[in-house]
Amino acid sequence: MSSTPTLPRDMRNTVLPGHAACHGCPIPMGLKVVGAVFGDKVILVVPACCTSVVLGMHPGTAFNGSVIHVAFASAAAVASGISAGLFKRGVRGVQVVAWAGDGGTADIGMASLSGAAERNDDFIYVMYDNEAYMNTGIQRSSATPAGAWTTTTPLGKKESKKDVTKILIAHGVPYVATASIAYPHDFYNKLKKAAGIRGFKFIYLHAPCPVGWRFDPSLTVKVAKLAVETGMIILYEYYDGKIHISGPSRPLLDKSRRRPLIEYLKFQGRFHGISEGELRNLESYVDSSWEWVKKFMQ
Amino acid sequence: MVLKSLTGNYAVALAVKMARVDVVAAYPITPQTTIVEKLAEYIDGGELDAIMIRVESEHSALAAAYGSALAGARAFTATSSHGLLYMYEWVNWVSRARVPLVMAIVTRTIGPPWNIWTDHSDYYEQRDTGWIQGFAMDSQEVFDMTLQAFKISEDPRVYLPVMIGLDAFILSHTSMPVEVPEQELVDEWLGARTQGFIIDGSEALIHGALSSPEYTEEFIKDMGKAMEEAVEVIREVDYSFGRTFGRSYGGLVELYKCSDAKYHLVLMGAWAGDAMEAVDTLREQGYSIGVVRVRYTRPFPGEELYKALSSSKGVIVVERGVSFGSMGPMFLDIAGNMLKYSRKLPYMRNVIAGVGGVNVTYKDFEYIAKETIDYIESGEEPSVMTWYHARRSK
Amino acid sequence: MSNLTKKAKSLHKIPIARPSIGVAGRTGTWRWMKPVVDLSKCTKCYQCEIYCPDNSISVEALKGAVVNYEYCKGCGVCAEVCPAKAISMVEEEQHGP
Repeated sequence: MSSTPTLPRDMRNTVLPGHAACHGCPIPMGLKVVGAVFGDKVILVVPACCTSVVLGMHPGTAFNGSVIHVAFASAAAVASGISAGLFKRGVRGVQVVAWAGDGGTADIGMASLSGAAERNDDFIYVMYDNEAYMNTGIQRSSATPAGAWTTTTPLGKKESKKDVTKILIAHGVPYVATASIAYPHDFYNKLKKAAGIRGFKFIYLHAPCPVGWRFDPSLTVKVAKLAVETGMIILYEYYDGKIHISGPSRPLLDKSRRRPLIEYLKFQGRFHGISEGELRNLESYVDSSWEWVKKFMQ
Repeated sequence: MVLKSLTGNYAVALAVKMARVDVVAAYPITPQTTIVEKLAEYIDGGELDAIMIRVESEHSALAAAYGSALAGARAFTATSSHGLLYMYEWVNWVSRARVPLVMAIVTRTIGPPWNIWTDHSDYYEQRDTGWIQGFAMDSQEVFDMTLQAFKISEDPRVYLPVMIGLDAFILSHTSMPVEVPEQELVDEWLGARTQGFIIDGSEALIHGALSSPEYTEEFIKDMGKAMEEAVEVIREVDYSFGRTFGRSYGGLVELYKCSDAKYHLVLMGAWAGDAMEAVDTLREQGYSIGVVRVRYTRPFPGEELYKALSSSKGVIVVERGVSFGSMGPMFLDIAGNMLKYSRKLPYMRNVIAGVGGVNVTYKDFEYIAKETIDYIESGEEPSVMTWYHARRSK
Repeated sequence: MSNLTKKAKSLHKIPIARPSIGVAGRTGTWRWMKPVVDLSKCTKCYQCEIYCPDNSISVEALKGAVVNYEYCKGCGVCAEVCPAKAISMVEEEQHGP
């Protein structure tokens, strides 16, 4: 662990202390990495989501860069517009990043996201996935995994998680990746790589929410790591028509090296009381995700 | 200056091109489509150096135009009816964001049933959004109003978006001669874009963050102030346009044969031309009547209308739209705004006509005017609000 | 021509905010558990700083991890990720402001 290189100092300067995030919130962890890559040369486009609140109230904001708050369904469309406007005016060296939650991406923002991806508009879209509508009080989204309790699925969600990353791969955009707040260096490298590519880039960021998932706020990183170590979340990049599996997930191609899924679930109150059948379902969801990834590695 | 035969939609497109927009974001809908088709032609043909974002919905059309406007680009979009309603969230967002932007609305009836012909209900429904709203009568005015819209929107006293209404087919697809000025003259008159803030990474700015009720109230009140200031800005822009290009329209309201008129027809849009024709005939028959053509409905020209109508014997407001359970939106605006100047209002009648795109001709205006005038002259008062049904009355 | 886009002095109130520290107030008052660093154990590995959601712990080159108690909300992520177990969470004596 201690051999991990430090991230550049801009990480320290971008998310400002005294913001309005809950204890142990993964969002500022992710934003700090965005800051480490781009410093203040970034324009975040934020639809309605937790980040709208986390960054605090007018006239201040806890982010040392530019932020445009936009209507829920529109992060991708506004980002397309900004990117075009900057390009037309000859402004270079500023990265446009749409920063949206799973609701604003997998649900209400899907059409505008798909449109921007199909047009291959030049910006990075980060979907930070806390797997439910946390800002409005933990309602299920299409990215909520099966079996999880939310306030609108009190008996657990019946349907499987929508895998937005696969949908974006189907768009044929130049760069798609998955990342986790537990692996900031991996996320950093992916943002860096994305920034060097012209066109549409999509990065999925797994972001466990202590409040909504019902775990102790000190465990955010641990839970995020377990998601990767159990194989529930697979870290990879997709470019040149292939999946390239990332360091933290690579050993887990061998199923025997994955930790049992229950180790990830047991820390989370939202999975308390899931049935044996639901657990099997989740396990087969994990297996089929890996099979799918393996197919696209060829 | 050259004279060109242009449809209303092509007049919009040409004005947008001559305003040298940077970004066009649009989605097709009848009858707006030929505007963006023409702009796409200009851009791909190298006649206009702009980026076209071919979005997947109207909601995204305005969102993308907005993004580029925030980033400092002169931006434009256009839509109609259901497209406008689909982008309604963004219509409100853009004005409250205080970013200059121009949008053309080719007015079309709202469904169901599906209907592509003109009425003004889509345009009227935007009246509380904080956009400056103008409505043109012919291709020349559409061209001029589009150029003026950029200047008004980008005026530091205003910084509000502007929408321009034009009637489906009657204007959008009908060719009329348009005087097209020299590009250099347009460049000089319009000048470079100005806006209150630019988000381009040169400084860390945060737009639209969560805000307390108190701050929010200040922003909203300020929009009202900007709207009030826009009245003078619109007059100034119309005047300076006239000095440069030789055409003025009288500001927010155009008066036709009103100087000695006892009765007044009030309306907006392409059919104002038919109303003017009717007035010519009525005058020959001895009726003392003029047309008050409303060019801007936001800001509402209360002062102009009060001056024009306060001593009228009868005001007939003819509208292609209605607020269900109430009356015509413009009638309500006129009545309410005139109260700012006097408690005593002239006799006013609200005629709802042409809704759903029903054709209303100069004959119908003659009928409507005569009926009202004859009632009043005989000492009777007709009902304040009526539906004029073209099919039944003929 | 459009490159000349100007930012004219705005006469208006526009919803533009600026970056600032403490937008949600002194969030240290939200804390009920307090991270305490045993500097003798700190290996300056940066893990706490990298993950701290409040950006309220930083590793100083000579000293080691230093907590900004004015804003630290006391979530305990730093203690959890510290590989040297140099950070312990102790109960706050006083709760609230």
